[in-house]
Amino acid sequence: MAYPSVAQEAYQAELNAIREKGIYKEERYIHSPQAASISVEFPPGQAPRRVVNLCSNNYLGLSSHPEVVAAAHRGLDERGYGMSSVRFICGTQDLHRQLEHALTGFLGTEDTILFPSCMDANGGVFEAVLSDQDVMIADRLVHASIVDGMRLCKAMQDTYKHADMKHLEQKLQDHQDKRIRLIVTDGVFSMDGDLAPLDEIVALAEKYHAMVFVDDSHGSGFMGRTGRGVHEHFNVMGKIDILTTTLGKALGGASGGCVSGRKEIVELCRQKARPYLFSNAVPPPIAAAAIKVLEILSHSTERRDRLEENQKFWRQAVPEAGFVIKEGASPIVPIMLFNAKLSQDIARDLFQEGVYVIGFFFPVVAAGQARIRTQMSADHDIPMLKDALQAFKKVGAKYGILGLDKKGIIEKYGM
Amino acid sequence: MRDTILEYIKNEYIDEDEADEIVLDENTPLISSGIVDSFSMVSLKRFLEKKYGISIPDDQATPEAFNTVASIMALVSKYVKK
Repeated sequence: MAYPSVAQEAYQAELNAIREKGIYKEERYIHSPQAASISVEFPPGQAPRRVVNLCSNNYLGLSSHPEVVAAAHRGLDERGYGMSSVRFICGTQDLHRQLEHALTGFLGTEDTILFPSCMDANGGVFEAVLSDQDVMIADRLVHASIVDGMRLCKAMQDTYKHADMKHLEQKLQDHQDKRIRLIVTDGVFSMDGDLAPLDEIVALAEKYHAMVFVDDSHGSGFMGRTGRGVHEHFNVMGKIDILTTTLGKALGGASGGCVSGRKEIVELCRQKARPYLFSNAVPPPIAAAAIKVLEILSHSTERRDRLEENQKFWRQAVPEAGFVIKEGASPIVPIMLFNAKLSQDIARDLFQEGVYVIGFFFPVVAAGQARIRTQMSADHDIPMLKDALQAFKKVGAKYGILGLDKKGIIEKYGM
Repeated sequence: MRDTILEYIKNEYIDEDEADEIVLDENTPLISSGIVDSFSMVSLKRFLEKKYGISIPDDQATPEAFNTVASIMALVSKYVKK
């Protein structure tokens, strides 16, 4: 039998265990384009409901922007649907090189190479440029794709406490015997919404002769005065040796990612990075639309400015309404509930009130740190956010948590 | 050995602002509670190997073996004796 019962039973048992732990992930079906307000079918079979979307990475509202959609159409008409090839065989069009040049200019780096996703960029870059004589020293809260990429690399792995510069310095001292030291961090941390202190990290890198890797997937397009990313925010553009980012969030939201940075590193990725060598080229409509996105963002900061206004409003209004948030400077605003079940219950009730959010809990975040992660978009407006806030207040009052601090919520609901 | 390992875990894994909230003794779950995750566990393994002059095979450095200081001590003792 091709599918032995021993395998089937083992898989069923594992799925049941996931359900019993309460961490089974269910998809919600969206019956509209990605936007600040979407039509969602949930639970499956129910009539779709119009809700305010506070959980997408569509930070700049470009996922369904008419100019971006039109550019994708042009790409489709003029260069076709797919490449049926990896880049180095017969998968590189003028569009790909044009997009790589545009990203290099936008990010302020030396060169750029596209990957099918940022997950692939992070999966391939470490192995391509480091050896067993080197060390990678990563912030403990880096994205899972970085953890996987580091595991595929022969260089020694080490970690430092989240954003703890003293601990990082100690690790850099410990590893002075290595050929290359690479500090590894996210730009914006996706679960907490806080920023890596890149000015301090670059200073430490210079002091201890280390290189710096930043995944700026949650920062590219809007962090910094002209939206170039967290490196612009901290005034260290040109000093990041390896910058990875995604086209799947603020920069159009479809798919695709890149490694951008020192030209030799990019060149080595083109020769050695396995997800680049063994996976298809980014499809022409996506490349064409991404070029348009960078054009829009280079001409005007209007969208990132609006996003900043929304973020300021939300970061002030939510605590005033009586909730506990994680402080930060990004459009990711976690509303802390600490208890896993409470985060699930409140997210479910908010959906009934017309607000789409998701509760996150261990192991996605640390135990006892359950939360609802809200994310701002340039497509939200203040009246929309005020309505969402009313829903939060109503549901918060139902559970009696308004005005309670961490201790109060834990006393009432436990960790 | 117990105090040395506890001290290392406290310095290496616990943030200063959490130090008062976490009670750490030889039976405190480290991995299953999230104090140490599998990603950052490698530095603990390296510390033990250097400190006690031993080599712990990767297949022995499991999350279960590293889950408490008591189980870590049992693992280290196994290799120190050899």
